[in-house]
Amino acid sequence: MRTPCKSVASLKEAIAVGGIVPRGSLVGAQHRVGLGDFLQGSAIAADVETLRGRSVLIASADPFLTALALIELDGAARRMILFPPDLALEHLPYVMRYAEVDAVVSDGSFLTGASLGTATHSICRPTLVAAKRLHGERLATEWILLTSGTTGRPKMVLHTLASLAGAIDASPSPTPVIWGTFYDIRRYGGLQIFLRAVLTHSSLVMAGPGEPAAGYLQRAGEAGITHISGTPSHWRRALMCPEAECIAPRYVRLSGEIADQAILNSLRSFYPNAAISHAFATTEAGVAFDVRDELSGFPVGTLADAPGVEMKVVDGTLRIRSGRTAKCYLGENPPVLKDAEGFVDTGDALDLRDGRYYFQGRRDGVINVGGLKIHPEEVEAVINRHPRVRLALVKSKKNPITGSLVVADVLLEDFSVPDAEDAGELQRTLKQFCRESLAPHKVPTAIRFVPSLAFSASGKLVRSHG
Amino acid sequence: MSVRSDVLDQFKLVAQEQDKQLGSLGDDVPLLDLGLDSLGFAIVVSRLEAVLGVDPFSDDEGVSFPVNLGEFVGFYENAVQKRR
Repeated sequence: MRTPCKSVASLKEAIAVGGIVPRGSLVGAQHRVGLGDFLQGSAIAADVETLRGRSVLIASADPFLTALALIELDGAARRMILFPPDLALEHLPYVMRYAEVDAVVSDGSFLTGASLGTATHSICRPTLVAAKRLHGERLATEWILLTSGTTGRPKMVLHTLASLAGAIDASPSPTPVIWGTFYDIRRYGGLQIFLRAVLTHSSLVMAGPGEPAAGYLQRAGEAGITHISGTPSHWRRALMCPEAECIAPRYVRLSGEIADQAILNSLRSFYPNAAISHAFATTEAGVAFDVRDELSGFPVGTLADAPGVEMKVVDGTLRIRSGRTAKCYLGENPPVLKDAEGFVDTGDALDLRDGRYYFQGRRDGVINVGGLKIHPEEVEAVINRHPRVRLALVKSKKNPITGSLVVADVLLEDFSVPDAEDAGELQRTLKQFCRESLAPHKVPTAIRFVPSLAFSASGKLVRSHG
Repeated sequence: MSVRSDVLDQFKLVAQEQDKQLGSLGDDVPLLDLGLDSLGFAIVVSRLEAVLGVDPFSDDEGVSFPVNLGEFVGFYENAVQKRR
């Protein structure tokens, strides 16, 4: 029988449901905590009650600590902000201001040197200490997820446990399930797996900060993981490790990027006993559907048949309405997340061929490099600052390892197109210039000098996407 | 130029560009121990497509992924052979 998770009021209550000690554990690179331990212990010890009703930013190098803090604070805090590990601390004041952060929970070192203003600061520890279970008023905690924005500033997406867990079947599995994921749980794809584990009383083996795929796969194999998720890029990288043989999953899940036929077929032959599915989900639109026929794209009928989700294609992009979509954005002049009818435009362009829809990339030009999203405008703004550059056009180039790479067409200030030798030198200069202010995956991997760039009648740079 | 030297050249160039220290380039060295991250590999594969005109990773049939450097070189040698 399917037990909808909408009825679950908080993570701690979900752990206590049924009155028995749940069997699952959270397993990090260095520490392990049983879900049942939360019934008598606490990772934030004395401070959970002081955080009641507060807007709490959770920041830690190790996602394991974030997992503990989420369990502690869901239902008690007004809001939890999941600070991702790769977000520059320069954005901290913006996040704190617009998410109205008045308390911070950290590992004690992640935020060293950062100004926390008047916010209180509590430490989350990897081992639980005995604590009384308090029965204070339960709040519908807001979960704030951070995704990349056009200017480098993060977009803050507001969810609740109900919207995040809307796709999760909380009925216990007849055989024990041990989850693994290559994702960080502070990303939507990883958070889904964390919630699946906690709400179904299963275990989750998490990668440590900066843990190489080989080491993670070895640990996951030793822990006996049965279910594992990642992006197609995560999977391509995993299949290049000898340690990919350490795991024997019953279920392999892909999400976060377009799953092409090559990676689906490679996984099929590598893990012959696994069910393989690729899911469509975004931070804003939530989980929409799973594709289980091991073919890329999805059948036309999926649009009408996904349980609990309404979908339509308008102007070539997929629109989604369901109880799993986020509520709104926070931030300065936040963009509108849903249209008047409650549909989220995913911005993902679809192409219909022979009764199947195929993803064609992003309408807004967002480039997905191994699951990390890049707005071309952010990269263009950096290149355009170089004195020799008049204008840059940044776009996506298809790649079989990371899905896409960032490339740029550059119009020089003097409209010249340099010869091969000068071009090589200038390409190196511009890449170095980009590296000084952009994360490595945002730096163009190839730069081409062009004699002109096309403009539309309205004066905008012409972008051809897809 | 042989396929092998083209492949090794790209590994060296990309490592230099990405400011990564490349380890030993022996055939039995696991690919993930070479010192490049996913992004680095993606760039190597993209450049090799330009240099050699093949991209064996994009074979729709699905591929058995190379695990060490020797297999990686063989992977490209086969693809170039097949195209001829």
